[in-house]
Amino acid sequence: MSSVKQHKEPLLRIAKRDGISRSKAYAIRIVAVILSLVISGIFIFAVTKLNPIQVYEAMFNGAFGSSRRSWVTIRDTMTLLCIGVGLAPAFKMKFWNIGAEGQVLIGGIMTAGLMRAYGNSIPTPVLLVIMAAASLLGGCVWGVIPAAFKAKWNTNETLFTLMMNYVAIQLTSYCVALWENPFGSNTVGQINQQTKGGWFPALFGQTYALNVIIVLALTIGMFLYLKYSKQGYEITVVGDSENTARYAGINVKKVTIRTMAISGAICGLAGFIAVAGASHTISTSTAGGRGFTAIIVAWLAQFNTFVMVLISLLLVFLQKGAIQIASQFNLNDYASNVITGIILFFILGSEFFINYRVILRSGKEGEAK
Amino acid sequence: MKKFLAMLLALVMVLSLAACGGSKTEAPAETEKPTETEQTEEPASDVKIGLICVHDENSGYDAAHIDGLKTACEALGIDVASQVIMKYNIPEDETCYDTAVDLAEEGCGIIFSDSYGHQSHMQQAAEEYPDVTFVACTGDLAAGSGLDNYKNMFPYTYESRYVSGVVAGMKLKELMDAGTVTDPYVGYVGAFPYAEVVCGYTAFLLGIQSIVPEAHMDVQYTNSWYDPTAEGEAANALMSRGCVIIGQHADSTGAPSAVQAAVDAGTVAYSVGYNIDMLSVAPTAALTSAQNNWSVLYQHMLEKLIAGEEVPADFACGYADGAVMISTLGESCAEGTQEAVDAAWAGIKDGSLKVFDTSKFTCQPSTDGSYEVDADGHVTSAFGLDTNGDWVNDAGEAIEDGAFVESVLRSAPYFALRIDGITELN
Repeated sequence: MSSVKQHKEPLLRIAKRDGISRSKAYAIRIVAVILSLVISGIFIFAVTKLNPIQVYEAMFNGAFGSSRRSWVTIRDTMTLLCIGVGLAPAFKMKFWNIGAEGQVLIGGIMTAGLMRAYGNSIPTPVLLVIMAAASLLGGCVWGVIPAAFKAKWNTNETLFTLMMNYVAIQLTSYCVALWENPFGSNTVGQINQQTKGGWFPALFGQTYALNVIIVLALTIGMFLYLKYSKQGYEITVVGDSENTARYAGINVKKVTIRTMAISGAICGLAGFIAVAGASHTISTSTAGGRGFTAIIVAWLAQFNTFVMVLISLLLVFLQKGAIQIASQFNLNDYASNVITGIILFFILGSEFFINYRVILRSGKEGEAK
Repeated sequence: MKKFLAMLLALVMVLSLAACGGSKTEAPAETEKPTETEQTEEPASDVKIGLICVHDENSGYDAAHIDGLKTACEALGIDVASQVIMKYNIPEDETCYDTAVDLAEEGCGIIFSDSYGHQSHMQQAAEEYPDVTFVACTGDLAAGSGLDNYKNMFPYTYESRYVSGVVAGMKLKELMDAGTVTDPYVGYVGAFPYAEVVCGYTAFLLGIQSIVPEAHMDVQYTNSWYDPTAEGEAANALMSRGCVIIGQHADSTGAPSAVQAAVDAGTVAYSVGYNIDMLSVAPTAALTSAQNNWSVLYQHMLEKLIAGEEVPADFACGYADGAVMISTLGESCAEGTQEAVDAAWAGIKDGSLKVFDTSKFTCQPSTDGSYEVDADGHVTSAFGLDTNGDWVNDAGEAIEDGAFVESVLRSAPYFALRIDGITELN
């Protein structure tokens, strides 16, 4: 080939990989995580002169330091995961559902309203089923509205779902003003604090066991649905190419609406879990930005719901760790945001090296790093 | 298939984590108890204290709590580094409950929270840990909760608001005497239309009216306790309406900074702040700030609890105990301000000056029956507390000896009368 080469070869070339062995892909990811820890360690030491190992230890301690902390971490992981699982089919279909935040809130409003109204008159197990059904329905409606507009008039779903969030936030503000307790406080407070009517009961002695069971069942169900069902296949085809789907005789409009109904409903159920299973109150921060964070979860995991478990756990771990290092070392929000940023940057970056390879000028193929 | 196995492995990891979490649950509950029973006999130097803050030291309000608790601990010989655990940026949701319970498990005997919305989550934790004392500062549910270990506390902030109003009134009078200002128009940046805020701005205007009786006020709400941008915008809106004094009940430096910018541009306006001394951000615009000295309340509460004494569900105190004050007077203050301030403080201290003296303000007749006025509009009777919004008085009469008694029926403010001369803009 050397005789053909006329111009100087660039120092670095980037080529798409034909394929990569699974073990190699994981090796790259592990290297990325280790590197990110090293880099943030250097940052921590440079800025605060603290021992980075101690800081990491404190973060771990904050997330898993006691059984209660572990359970809180698991509970929050499950809520985030539930939203991520809800988003997976929509994003796999390339339907940009930015409206999870609103869908969660609608589910939360339904749950809180029923809990206030019937918490002391309907037995909790029955009420839980009713609340779950209502939140599924609420989220479903919130998801179907933009989907129907998209299917019928080809509206932009990104803007539409985003704007639906604001409608949901305003509705939540209205409900908070309506249900405030004590009067004049503009907060709902914990609903049925005395009777715990409509709260998730403890299973096997664990307060948050039900959260885990529901969300893991959804995770497995969604994995099977996307991978092995006919509808899951339709979602993949529509996502890859609408024209191909049409050619193959798939009713794209129907698939769009059906998928968003499922996506919205699961996000609505996340609102049910957040209210009945964790906060027992409702406010505009019930979703707390998790509707947006879950988009990162879904994309990073490439819609594989089991990988989402790990990603959600990582994000919640970082958040819990941040609270601990703030308390222990007086490192405020900004410090932990920088650490989170570095870690996410490396994890996202590792995907680049999994999909592409870097070729150095000498012709020797450089390894991923 | 390999991929599937990897995922399964991840799942197993998470589950085993959950399982190992489960097996440990009994242990902390048991170790918890001895710590609590010892609590009353413990010397001051052994008790562990937790503080839950809604923001961190960057917010003036939280900084006042953080410093207050530190000062109180130092006065009592408690080592802050080893015996006080502070948690920052804890939102008003289940995170507060998680944090409170976590602090209890770490062995804290007394746990404080500093924001109003923390209270119902603190109450839930208080139910589960009957041997730990939970104090929700600025909260109002303790008395009705029926829990022995759940308390509220609040300083008589309305006293410092009144006196900061006197400072503003002196300035206003000076401006009017000089002919610079003809309309005694006051603006106020309020957070929310809650009793706490209403009580504060009413006291502030009454303080101003004690010097300039014809003063009137507009209130602009920001619907947030801490929002520098919104507070600055509200101050600008009020100044453009012609307000010459800008008071505030919000936690940032947004309003004083906006007033300083306007002053630098040639506007005649002055700012009265809250929580922290505003002279650093508004050297020529700031007159003074109404301040709480939380350390007095923290110290009182800690002393009682450590000594094992009974503490009422509500605790409030004011200038007489050193719990409220105003910050250093700015260079722009009118001549004679210090004397007027001293006289007001003396009157408050000996009881001759009542902030909410019913002969000093008038109200429109009530539409909901929560208060009664005589022919001149002076309030003759008012609800103490209406906790559930059913317009039935749930506690004692609030008007006593010709004045509205604030923070006595409970620690958190409940003065919510809308007096003549104040307009709420939004």
